[in-house]
Amino acid sequence: MTSQAENLTNIDQFESGRSLWQDAWSRLKRNKLAIIGLSLLIFIGLVCILTPWIAPYSYEHQNLALGATPPSAQHWFGTDNLGRDLMTRVMYGGRVSLAVGLIATAVALTIGVTWGAIAGYTGGKVDTIMMRLVDIIYALPFMIFIVLLMVVFGRSLLLLFLAIGAVEWLTMARIVRGQVQTLRQLEFVEAAISIGLSKATIIRRHIIPNALGPVIVYTTLTIPNVMLLEAFLSFLGLGIQPPQSSWGVLISNGVEGMEEYPWLLIFPGLALSIVLFSLNFLGDGLRDALDVRASKD
Amino acid sequence: MALLSIENLAVSFYTRNGITRAVRDISFSVELGETLAIVGESGSGKSVSCYSMLGLIPCPPGKIESGKALFDGVDLLNCSDTKLREIRGNKIAMIFQDPMTCLNPYLTVGEQLVEPLIYHKKLSRAEAKKKAIDLMTEVGIRTPEENFDAWPHEFSGGMRQRVMIAMALIAEPQLLIADEPTTALDVTIQKQILDLIADIQKKRNIGVIFISHDLGVVKNLADKVIVMKAGQIVEQGTAQEVLSNPKHEYTQKLLAAIPSGAKDTPHHNNSDSQILVQVKNLVTDFKVKGNVFRAVNDVSFNIYSKEILGLVGESGSGKSTIGRSILRLVNASGGSVTYHSEELLNKNAQQMKPLRRKMQMIFQDPYASLNPRMTIYDTLAEPMKLHGIAKGAELNQAVLKLMDDVGLARAFVRKYPHEFSGGQRQRIAIGRAIATKPEFIVADEPVSALDVTIQKQILELIGYLVDKHELSMLFISHDLAVVRKLCDRVIVLKHGVLVESGEVETLWQNPQHDYTRDLLQAVMH
Amino acid sequence: MLRFIFTRLLQAIPVLLVVITVTFFLVRFAPGGPFDGERKVDPSVLKALEAQYNLDQPLITQYFSYLGDLIQGDLGPSFKYPGRSVNELIGAGFPITAELGIYAILVALAIGGCAGVLSALKPNSTRDYVSMSAAMIGICMPAFLLGPLLILIFGIWLEWLPVSGWGDLPGDKVLPSLTLGAVYAAYVARLSRGGMLEVLSQDYIRTARAKGLPEHVVILKHGLRAGMLPVVAYLGPAFAGILSGSFVIESVFQIHGLGRFYVLAAFNRDYTLIMGCTVFLAALIILFNLFSDVLAAYLNPRLRSQLGGKS
Repeated sequence: MTSQAENLTNIDQFESGRSLWQDAWSRLKRNKLAIIGLSLLIFIGLVCILTPWIAPYSYEHQNLALGATPPSAQHWFGTDNLGRDLMTRVMYGGRVSLAVGLIATAVALTIGVTWGAIAGYTGGKVDTIMMRLVDIIYALPFMIFIVLLMVVFGRSLLLLFLAIGAVEWLTMARIVRGQVQTLRQLEFVEAAISIGLSKATIIRRHIIPNALGPVIVYTTLTIPNVMLLEAFLSFLGLGIQPPQSSWGVLISNGVEGMEEYPWLLIFPGLALSIVLFSLNFLGDGLRDALDVRASKD
Repeated sequence: MALLSIENLAVSFYTRNGITRAVRDISFSVELGETLAIVGESGSGKSVSCYSMLGLIPCPPGKIESGKALFDGVDLLNCSDTKLREIRGNKIAMIFQDPMTCLNPYLTVGEQLVEPLIYHKKLSRAEAKKKAIDLMTEVGIRTPEENFDAWPHEFSGGMRQRVMIAMALIAEPQLLIADEPTTALDVTIQKQILDLIADIQKKRNIGVIFISHDLGVVKNLADKVIVMKAGQIVEQGTAQEVLSNPKHEYTQKLLAAIPSGAKDTPHHNNSDSQILVQVKNLVTDFKVKGNVFRAVNDVSFNIYSKEILGLVGESGSGKSTIGRSILRLVNASGGSVTYHSEELLNKNAQQMKPLRRKMQMIFQDPYASLNPRMTIYDTLAEPMKLHGIAKGAELNQAVLKLMDDVGLARAFVRKYPHEFSGGQRQRIAIGRAIATKPEFIVADEPVSALDVTIQKQILELIGYLVDKHELSMLFISHDLAVVRKLCDRVIVLKHGVLVESGEVETLWQNPQHDYTRDLLQAVMH
Repeated sequence: MLRFIFTRLLQAIPVLLVVITVTFFLVRFAPGGPFDGERKVDPSVLKALEAQYNLDQPLITQYFSYLGDLIQGDLGPSFKYPGRSVNELIGAGFPITAELGIYAILVALAIGGCAGVLSALKPNSTRDYVSMSAAMIGICMPAFLLGPLLILIFGIWLEWLPVSGWGDLPGDKVLPSLTLGAVYAAYVARLSRGGMLEVLSQDYIRTARAKGLPEHVVILKHGLRAGMLPVVAYLGPAFAGILSGSFVIESVFQIHGLGRFYVLAAFNRDYTLIMGCTVFLAALIILFNLFSDVLAAYLNPRLRSQLGGKS
């Protein structure tokens, strides 16, 4: 049991262990699909951020004389019937689609985590009431409500964020609550209580780091859901409105003329599908790497 | 000719983390009417050797590297799946460790019982049912006609294990493989199941392979014993030879690890010790789906300063709840708990904090009791920082001292719990408990999740620390033999009620209550 | 069991009430009246119209009279289709949507279930990779993209199948059903694979094998029921998704079902029709959730006996 390091007191001199995060990262790195997804996401994310500077044409640029042309050297993705460069439009549309995905997910994350954590940690009657409410809202047919909301209040982007965020937080709340409840009963949390740590410290040091895995995984998988929802609404004409556009709007426009101009459907569709693929593969990869089991509630 | 003879069996597992040679070149045989015990600690390959010959290990990652398993003239390792299936459950049957998970919860008990008869013996359902009901009676299941249509979840653990045994016997096999059939059961039930298996073996004159980690359990049951370690057989012979005259060092170690005998140091006299913890009329209720369940019912006892008080009972007897109620980890519903004559039950979290430094807990499961995302250093330093015991360089020094104290190499200080074995983790957990230099520790089954040889080391460590730091302890256990070895006095709990208490040796020699006698019988084998 | 169904039905009532109330007030507070058309309507005509539809009464009275009508199953007249009641319109559109939905669910269960179970039996095999990749495509290819692509490929380029309509030409039901079912087939495949893998690693499956049961008995009798539980629990959400998915499918394939009515009503601000459809669809979804809950409870003996009454 004794080692040559017997008399060392400087902790840093000892070899450090591998934390579970490091383990997870090395597992993730071995998952090729997840890494391809991550790289694609970083690439597409950068392109969308830099769009105003790197887009080949300006957003308003029209060339009515040119009309719809198939992909060419000047217009890699072709042009639409107003002679607008499709690549530029896809890039600008991506900004909106990704923004909706990220912001609505952030809304869902904030509400869901707070709600779930409070319900799970407090337990008892508070928990019962809070989760009962989630159950009731869960039972509401939300898709239909969102359509209704968009009809009634007009098609504002802010409302879209709120509406989508309001649907997606429910699952997040359930997941977090399940996690917290399981963790709360684990012996290391009891040990923390018996040491005399305060509630806040226990939550910060013992509960949150251990509940983070499923939250990360689920967040990654919520973004594609949100983007799909936005595209679905935009496709129906109930989401993003012209002159703004998103991939959903572009796909919707593309469908109208798809017999003559299939590229108008294919390129925005491809862009959306690639992002959805990447997010799903990354989410699955994270799920395996962080060893998150499907939560049952 | 032997009923089953295994020759040069080797099994490996090919995983992402490398190759594990689970079984390395082992040979043994079993005769009709003979019981062979395979003994070893977890990971010794004792189960894999039996599962692999029946094709019950998943391949990949498993791979049978070499060997023969001759049964009735057939090499089980080299025959068709169909042939093997005809033997499995028909001529060779198995009983598994955990009856809670080994019965299909989606099928009735009767349905699962008749299956082997329908598929192997081609009996009609009615004939099969008749036979199943006879057999249910034989293995001691009451009202078999009614229970035939019951679901597994309606049965207790012991009853489920009886169903498993009936299911194994129903096709009248020549060889029965029992893989730790009593490990998951309560001690008093364990004895009944062991007796049942021995009884059946004699009556039907079949061969039995009994896999166990516990040499004590094997003692009365086996004709031959094989001791396995790291995939190899280190010793084999008749039970008599191996148990009374072990040749191999590892067998000796295993035998020595069985707790036996009384405490080495004599007990301090109560009369001049002061009462440290006084529990009076303690009641703890739990609400389960609206129903109130009384886990602890009017229990009173004292813990004297510098003594180890054993608290014995089976699972569900409320023994852990008592420990947790004292430390205010669960809220008691009534009664009083005093510490140095100071009432604990009416204190809030803030008022408890200074007392928590003096009262600590060691938990059962070393895998759940350490935060997986904190290094050993953080785990051990946390209580010392909180209670202002040490800081800065002094804190580092104190953590390293603590590691020495519980027998962990200092070099491990920045590692994470998942990099350690169960025994090492329990050492860390013990280190955390003594970090604040407490006076009183509740130890809740601290060794029951560990292998026997590790168990012994941890018990020795606890004994050493109690002496060194002059601790008082409430030691919760289901195992009277462990309690006898470690504790001064003992109290016995059944269904939340205290049934007996006294000096350990007095109680051991002359138990007053029937329940205590049952518990004692179970450990005496 | 009956009591369980009954309590669940009782619990559904407040949910439905919330749906009705929220819908009613949302629609009433929406900016712009139902008769704000392109042309300015004469005030007196407007008054007459409002009187005809009870819009001149206090809101709360309107609400309760709407509730009263609802209880009798009357969803009121349509604003934009004069002379036709919402009941008639739903009656005309719903059978088509229901048929489409049923085909889609069948597609989802048949294709998804088989692919999932077959994958689970041989995890990490080629078969597993192929079907799980297909499932991933299904999940990442929304119906409004898949539909047009299928039309483009099978309808326009290959000319194998009709591109629109429902029940007019032979084979015109194939593409819509496939498109609507595809996404759910993908989810079902993943869920059933996960469920089966989980079950096949259980101790009791090992017990079944140790008994020497033939492999198909082990899988079908001992494994399938528990393995399909996640799929059963998913039926409720899947049904809700398929109903709202029909909005898109019916637009893409020009099918005159309920989904198309709903979207048109949304654009036309046909308030009574929107409200009627919302309440009707919500009730359907709530009922179907109930059905999938009950089915899941029925398949789980532990739950079943907790709910009273053996088998």
